[in-house]
Amino acid sequence: MNPPDTPTAGAGTDPPDYQELFRQFKGQEGELISILVRVQETFGYISEESVRQISQFLRLSENQIFGVASFFSKFRFDEPGRKSIKVCMGTACHVHGGGFLSDTLGWQLGITVGQSTKDKRFDFQRVNCLGCCALAPVVQINEKIHARTMVTQLKEILQNRE
Amino acid sequence: MNNFPAIQAAARQQWARLEASPVPVIYVGAATCGLAAGAGDVLHAIRQTLTERQVEARVVPVGCIGPCYLEPLMDVRLPNHPRITYANVDPARARRILERLLLHGDPSPDLAFAHFGANGDPLTAGLPRFFDTPMLRHQVRLVLRNCGFIDPEDIEHYLANEGYAGLNQALGMTPEDVIGLVKEAGLRGRGGAGFPTWRKWQICRGAAGTPKYVICNCSEGDPGAFMNRALIEGDPHAVLEGLLIAGFAIGASHGYIYINSDYHLAIARLRTAIAQMTAHGLLGEGVLGTDFSFGITLKEGGGAFVCGEETALIASCEGRRGMPRSRPPFPAIAGLNGRPTIINNVETLGTLPHLLRNGAAWYRQFGVEGNYGTKTFSLVGKVRRPGLIEVPLGIRLRQIVFDIGGGSWKRFKAVQTGGPSGGCLSEEFLDLPVAYEAMAEAGSIMGSGGMIVVDEDTCAVDLALYFLRFTQAESCGKCSPCRVGTWHMVRLLEDLAAGRAQPEDLAKLQNLAETVKRASLCGLGQTAPNPVLTTLRHFRTEYLQHAKERHCAAAACKELVEYRIDPARCNGCQRCIEVCPTHAIAGARSEAHRIDLALCIKCKACYEVCRYDQLAGNAVIFESRRSQQ
Repeated sequence: MNPPDTPTAGAGTDPPDYQELFRQFKGQEGELISILVRVQETFGYISEESVRQISQFLRLSENQIFGVASFFSKFRFDEPGRKSIKVCMGTACHVHGGGFLSDTLGWQLGITVGQSTKDKRFDFQRVNCLGCCALAPVVQINEKIHARTMVTQLKEILQNRE
Repeated sequence: MNNFPAIQAAARQQWARLEASPVPVIYVGAATCGLAAGAGDVLHAIRQTLTERQVEARVVPVGCIGPCYLEPLMDVRLPNHPRITYANVDPARARRILERLLLHGDPSPDLAFAHFGANGDPLTAGLPRFFDTPMLRHQVRLVLRNCGFIDPEDIEHYLANEGYAGLNQALGMTPEDVIGLVKEAGLRGRGGAGFPTWRKWQICRGAAGTPKYVICNCSEGDPGAFMNRALIEGDPHAVLEGLLIAGFAIGASHGYIYINSDYHLAIARLRTAIAQMTAHGLLGEGVLGTDFSFGITLKEGGGAFVCGEETALIASCEGRRGMPRSRPPFPAIAGLNGRPTIINNVETLGTLPHLLRNGAAWYRQFGVEGNYGTKTFSLVGKVRRPGLIEVPLGIRLRQIVFDIGGGSWKRFKAVQTGGPSGGCLSEEFLDLPVAYEAMAEAGSIMGSGGMIVVDEDTCAVDLALYFLRFTQAESCGKCSPCRVGTWHMVRLLEDLAAGRAQPEDLAKLQNLAETVKRASLCGLGQTAPNPVLTTLRHFRTEYLQHAKERHCAAAACKELVEYRIDPARCNGCQRCIEVCPTHAIAGARSEAHRIDLALCIKCKACYEVCRYDQLAGNAVIFESRRSQQ
């Protein structure tokens, strides 16, 4: 028996309190990326509502904010799945066969990189480097890093985390 | 009034108390790499053991000491004995070691890796000194001096180890003298290009316009590089002190640290460090009682590779898309908010305190003519001893790969320096000195410090394709040579990797690569073709094999590889049938199995299980067969 899912940030937070979040900022344009980072940390993704709120706070157009947010691969615009699966695509992981892991995971979950499963249980992302290259290839599930992962271990890892 | 001597004396007292601690001190390497390897669980087990056994001891989480392959590392120092380090500990092993050592005084030499003291202590008899072990012996630790030794969250530890003495020294000099000292030392930017730090500073100092800014570049978007992250996690104050020194030299009153927002631990450590600095009067109005005032702001980045480029970084700091602009004007003249701005790499800043404290002559004893000092590298890939290393410039690549890294697992093939902007250097370049000019001549770059070793299992075409896919995805799209050029290069490489290319395509690829290199606006595009150009030069046969024979000698290009089962070795255990996700394998128990190639997705699962499962017979083979088009 596994403990129930700890909801990722945002899922079911009611009602989103942007004023609280904005309080630590001065309202300058230069803070936009920091604000986007905070919003994504709090709500899990950048929603249209978030963009509207930031737009009002910083007095920038929504287009401009969306333009900046979409430039950085870090920001996402759809609700993430509950379990975040991140496959490291750093060079060390690549030469150790990280590509096999991401291909197989996509096959097992029936989705491609950047998507989440229909039931919102899994969220499948690739990241550029998790900074633990000596453990390559690595897969991160929520906060837990699985070192020297083999293709045949993936099923088990996914089941353990359900 | 300068109160630095008093601050330092107080810190030294506190440090002396830790050094002469009457209770055992336990150090655990708890940087990102250590935590990923399980240091968090080890820390928990240590604390639990101490409580259960009612032993009093101090637990100090420290930064990364370098040899990542040994992590998690636990060091224990008994009073009046040298510190002993234990490698690859897990919670159970940590418990066993502590119980034996703390309760019975048995250092478990079978589990110990090395010690840090002088030889001759009875407790550590038979153990090597940590810095005499093969990986550490050839290194020179300047910038990483404190990593793994001090508590990164305690400013007193840093102060006691000569911390902020460099800043104190600088504040007693004129800014021009500080620039002169850096010039004399010959310090060059550690971000990769190797531009002399002093020249940039001097231009900025002489530029009109106030306020001036100094930015610490910790964008580090390079996949497979973690030097800057490790330095900040292990010794944040060294970088902050460097930032203050740079700010003082150019006449800036405010500094920014541009850091990847995914570096949670590093950001937290910086925040702690900045608060401690403020409390000690090292930040704010009148630093250390002088008339120099300085403030620091953290700027989180969205993690785009192009933001390592100076003008793109500035755009991102200003809250815009991280796109570079054409230069001049250089940021030293018109940078952040149009003001003169200096952008220095984390490692450059981390070097400054040592340089200021010890002088230019001391610094010049490391390295070779024109390339003074040391450089940190993250040595990873197919190397036996991966980790974070620091070496004097001018060292040979062979020494790094074989003496420090212990060589590759299989036959050495190449080493990729400088990440996606660098080149792939084959065996014949192993005696190349690691110096800015020599690396550039060989077609690579020094880079910020990613060093990836590959062996015969890595295909040159596949590696070039990997890097090009990365730079293509990270291209900001502003200039067409980079946006369109990298896209077409990826297509050509994909054709090669899939066996669809013709030999003529190599010339097309070469031509395109050279065009992108010449015509792109910023460093990303100008260096993006390097992996292709160097592999084309040093591994041309592999490219030709892909194009002419549809053959990938390393069996890494999926499309050119076929899986089959060797009937002579297959014992019919059916393990592969269980793991195959597409049910492509069939066969009765105890009879040789077969793979249906129409269903096979080449996921390698059957190979792994057949090779590593105890019942299986290691019968799955994947290979690329030669074929004439």
